[in-house]
Amino acid sequence: MQTLARLKETASQTAGPYVHIGLTPNFCDIGGIYPADLGTQLVNDKTRGERITVKSRVIDGSGTVLKDALVEIWQADADGLYNSPAEMRGSADPNFTGWGRCPADMDTGEFVFQTIKPGRVPFRDGRLMAPHITFWIVARGINLGLHTRMYFGDEDKANAEDPILQRVEHKVRVPTLIAPRDGDVYTFDIHLQGDKETIFFDI
Amino acid sequence: MTASNGMSNQRPETGSFFQRDREWHPPALTPQYKTSVLRSPQRALISLDNTISEITGPTFGHNIIGELDNDLILNFANPGQSAIGERIIVYGRVLDERGKGVPNVLVEFWQANAGGRYRHKKDGYLAPLDPNFGGCGRTITGEDGFYSFRTIKPGPYPWPNGVNDWRPRHIHFSIFGNGFAQRLITQMYFEGDPLIWKCPIVSTIPSREAIEALIAPLDMESTIPMDSMAYKFDIVLRGRRSTLFENRLEGN
Repeated sequence: MQTLARLKETASQTAGPYVHIGLTPNFCDIGGIYPADLGTQLVNDKTRGERITVKSRVIDGSGTVLKDALVEIWQADADGLYNSPAEMRGSADPNFTGWGRCPADMDTGEFVFQTIKPGRVPFRDGRLMAPHITFWIVARGINLGLHTRMYFGDEDKANAEDPILQRVEHKVRVPTLIAPRDGDVYTFDIHLQGDKETIFFDI
Repeated sequence: MTASNGMSNQRPETGSFFQRDREWHPPALTPQYKTSVLRSPQRALISLDNTISEITGPTFGHNIIGELDNDLILNFANPGQSAIGERIIVYGRVLDERGKGVPNVLVEFWQANAGGRYRHKKDGYLAPLDPNFGGCGRTITGEDGFYSFRTIKPGPYPWPNGVNDWRPRHIHFSIFGNGFAQRLITQMYFEGDPLIWKCPIVSTIPSREAIEALIAPLDMESTIPMDSMAYKFDIVLRGRRSTLFENRLEGN
């Protein structure tokens, strides 16, 4: 019999406490190598869509805010198209990257993304998912990056029909993915562990 | 940031990724690595077949890469100077689980200097900074997924976990694939380092076989005589299902 001869994925390791050196060197005072840190600007003056601010924190099992985490986000544009070669449904807004990277503020642990509210994108069967932003979280003590999603607190109807949220067996956990809105600001606190533990996905 | 698929007339792949083997990766809770205890989710992950949100991912054009971005010996050095330490080349390929090279993806790396000191204000180790060494670099894989960079071999360093824990020499790697579900951060170790098998971070990985795949062999055939030694480190990202008989979305 022939063998399938597949390779194994390279095993993950923690990003460690000095992840900034590699991913956001200007943020940790290593200047002059890259002109700017990647992922700090998602939008420009021409970006279509509703401007919003997303504020986030990552909190450990003792309730302590992580000061050394790093978060990346990935989202569709205002029309629900991704700025990616694998997007076959149309061309995304060229003035919107869809990808952001932010280190936790070393004093407050806060992440801030200036972005736009994404449009809805289809689930595999064609049903529309509710607007959402994908989060990927790495830090010292996290052995494999965590995937989660932020949904929007002012999208009750879309959230109620979202195929991913519908799949969550323990409905009491769904609110851990929904960021409340206050003005133009959505606040998404991510709890790694404990009673308020955020839903994380194996995707 | 620009789409980099203009190099090829093949349609981009849009299949979902092979499921991650979470018995192969380190679990979240690994008490010998103490920080993982309060930073590990306790509830089960919710499994999702990939949606377009995970199948897609950002791409980076070669135009973001500066001339010295993959040369850590020079990219932070003062004019006419260079970093102190063992001069090495690290090279390899980014592949997927099907063995296909993954071209045009961003690879970022960072490390301590030859004495094990990071250029970071949270690193209080008494070994000195090297004024000519920053510690970060990046590149974009070429055709067939090849990458390379030049640096100095990082030193081991102590860390507050056990009372006498030392990290093996290592280089951190961050890799983008074509989809956000392929996003990966890992660490490369060096052939023959006795600290590898004593490290509580290395041992978060359950199998010896998976650890061996993080150890770069010395490659004398790729050294530059009288200049630099070389280590080879291949990185494997998740493979992708073919879409030969994929169900079409309703309405298409």
